[in-house]
Amino acid sequence: MSHPAKASEFLKDPDKAKWHDETLWFVRDKRDNSSKGIPEWEKLRGTASQIKDNVLANLDKYLLAFEEKAKANHIHVHWAKDAEEHNQIVLSILQKHKCKAIVKSKSILTEECHLNPFLEKHGVDVVDTDLGERIVQLLHQPPSHIVLPAIHLKKGEISDLFHEKLQTQKGNEDPEYLTHAARTHLREKFLAAKVAITGVNFAVAETGEFVVCTNEGNADMGVHLADVHIACMGIEKIIPRRKDLGVFLRLLARSATGQPITNYNSHFRSPSPGKELHVVLVDNGRTKQLAREKFKNSLKCIRCGACMNTCPIYRRSGGYSYGSVVPGPIGSILSPGLDIKKHSTLPFASTLCGSCSDVCPVKINIHEQLYEWRQEIAKNQGLNVKKLSMQIANGVFSVPFAYQMSGALLRGALKILPSSITYSGLNTWGKQRELPEVPQATFKNWYKKNKA
Amino acid sequence: MSTRKKIALFIPCYVDQFYPKVGIATLELLEKLGCEVSYPIEQTCCGQPMANAGYEHDTMDTTKHFLKTFESYDYIVAPSGSCVLHIKEHTPEIPGKGKEQQAIKKKIFELTEFITDILQIKMLQGHFPHKVGFHASCHGHRGLRLGSCSERNEPYFSKAKSLLDHIQGLEWIALRRQDECCGFGGTFAVTEEALSVQMGKDRLEDHLTSGVEILTGGDMSCIMHLEGIARRNKNPLKFMHIAEILNQAIQ
Repeated sequence: MSHPAKASEFLKDPDKAKWHDETLWFVRDKRDNSSKGIPEWEKLRGTASQIKDNVLANLDKYLLAFEEKAKANHIHVHWAKDAEEHNQIVLSILQKHKCKAIVKSKSILTEECHLNPFLEKHGVDVVDTDLGERIVQLLHQPPSHIVLPAIHLKKGEISDLFHEKLQTQKGNEDPEYLTHAARTHLREKFLAAKVAITGVNFAVAETGEFVVCTNEGNADMGVHLADVHIACMGIEKIIPRRKDLGVFLRLLARSATGQPITNYNSHFRSPSPGKELHVVLVDNGRTKQLAREKFKNSLKCIRCGACMNTCPIYRRSGGYSYGSVVPGPIGSILSPGLDIKKHSTLPFASTLCGSCSDVCPVKINIHEQLYEWRQEIAKNQGLNVKKLSMQIANGVFSVPFAYQMSGALLRGALKILPSSITYSGLNTWGKQRELPEVPQATFKNWYKKNKA
Repeated sequence: MSTRKKIALFIPCYVDQFYPKVGIATLELLEKLGCEVSYPIEQTCCGQPMANAGYEHDTMDTTKHFLKTFESYDYIVAPSGSCVLHIKEHTPEIPGKGKEQQAIKKKIFELTEFITDILQIKMLQGHFPHKVGFHASCHGHRGLRLGSCSERNEPYFSKAKSLLDHIQGLEWIALRRQDECCGFGGTFAVTEEALSVQMGKDRLEDHLTSGVEILTGGDMSCIMHLEGIARRNKNPLKFMHIAEILNQAIQ
């Protein structure tokens, strides 16, 4: 289903859609207030952007430096060119340790690689330990947001779910009560897991260490109780120096939730005695994106989710409307690079309002890249361009413009368009909107008569 | 403004077709402010609707025509932030015309920025006893930076507000969400019809609950969309382009 179709579905429950919009607006508002408490905020964004530019320009060097240091720290470093290789690497480590149950803290990369279904197919029980992720996992849903995975669910829905799965009291929606139930449930899983998987927020080339940021401490809990820690990271997560964390950690939490700092910023450098630490470095399309001049800086993303919270489209259509692992504006510039046909409606799921680019802590020009993807999609003939053209024809050109099509002015502009775009009988504009009243004369006519 | 400077009026195609009153108000306003303004009669569309739909490469002829029509002027002024932004950012490069294209990008201005930045008029005297809500259209707001953006850590400013502030009787109504998109978005208005309308309704609700009497802005495209929804739902709101308010106020 296309984005417009899914967005229409989402809007069929207007109360819930309104609640979703207000909930995410609340997060954006917190982010605004928090960022305004830092006088040098804009400078900080600029610095972060420059650091990331440098990383992308020297990615090969930083990755090799990281590998060397990490190995010296007794970390096992693996390279995966795609999702399949990544999943195989993880599975082989689990098999080596005869591990049948793992805990995993939040990792968008493992979502991207569809690690959970892969491991489950091979008889491994995977438990997501971030509360929001656990909730969507129990519902057999993917996360609807990269930072707030269950943001689309209301308290009542979680209460019902927990009643069914965790035997909580029916109808008890008290967040504290529900959280305690989840904690008890997760403790058992933590204690039973021999291997813990985490994502990586930042990997430091200079030291061979990496940092994982969580609010719930679930990454630490998992890692410290397990014998083996596997950290999975996209190759773009490298930063040059440890001191660069002073830039990124200040930006990340404020941008994500408005907090001054994430509750747990855990540094991992070498395995505890008797334990194993693995890092899997994953490409999965990233080097291809890096080769695309217009789109490469989408790889600067630090996955804060601010562009989702601010996006007036995301807030009113929900994460699932995008049909991609990373939803929202950043997803709409990353996903077409992975599968342009599948994600061809995403760059059009935007008014190009530019709010995403203005909140982005690493200054990715998201809305400009949305515009550029539209050009790529239009050029890429044989996609659903024609269908899209028809939709466009239904509206902007036919109505209101088709009503004035005889206007000589517009003919000049319209004759350059594919004919499929220009005429159509359906009136999409007028379904819920009035047309402008047609004036007696155009401005041009008035000017000729009165001024020329 | 020195009479030696040649100022061209650029009236976007949909304003020409549907809102000639906005074109007239813009022209009269600039004349009242001492400008001598011409309207090059050969002008057509800037090409934005096609470019935003992914057909920038098909707007070469439109872009050439625009350049030919306007290149001899010192300034080009338009009552639309969106079309001005298009000329600045999304016109294809014409082979051999790089210098002229760069020049035109520097001399095209949205109306309020032309008044505040080029004419250097910091306040306007006049009378307009109404409660006004300002819709900050995204392309003018975040594209041309006609006002401070709520996402950024920067001191507050608004070129529109600075012009409306000293109009007697005019009450600038603060909105709950000062610069959220209205959902017009050109082709978006029809390709994502349901979302577009919902966004428009939400914007209107903010103006209505804040006690706005007249919704104004710098782009008729957004206003066309908002007015279309408001009329369908019989919302008690009036709609005027900021050029109409200023022109009426300083009668």
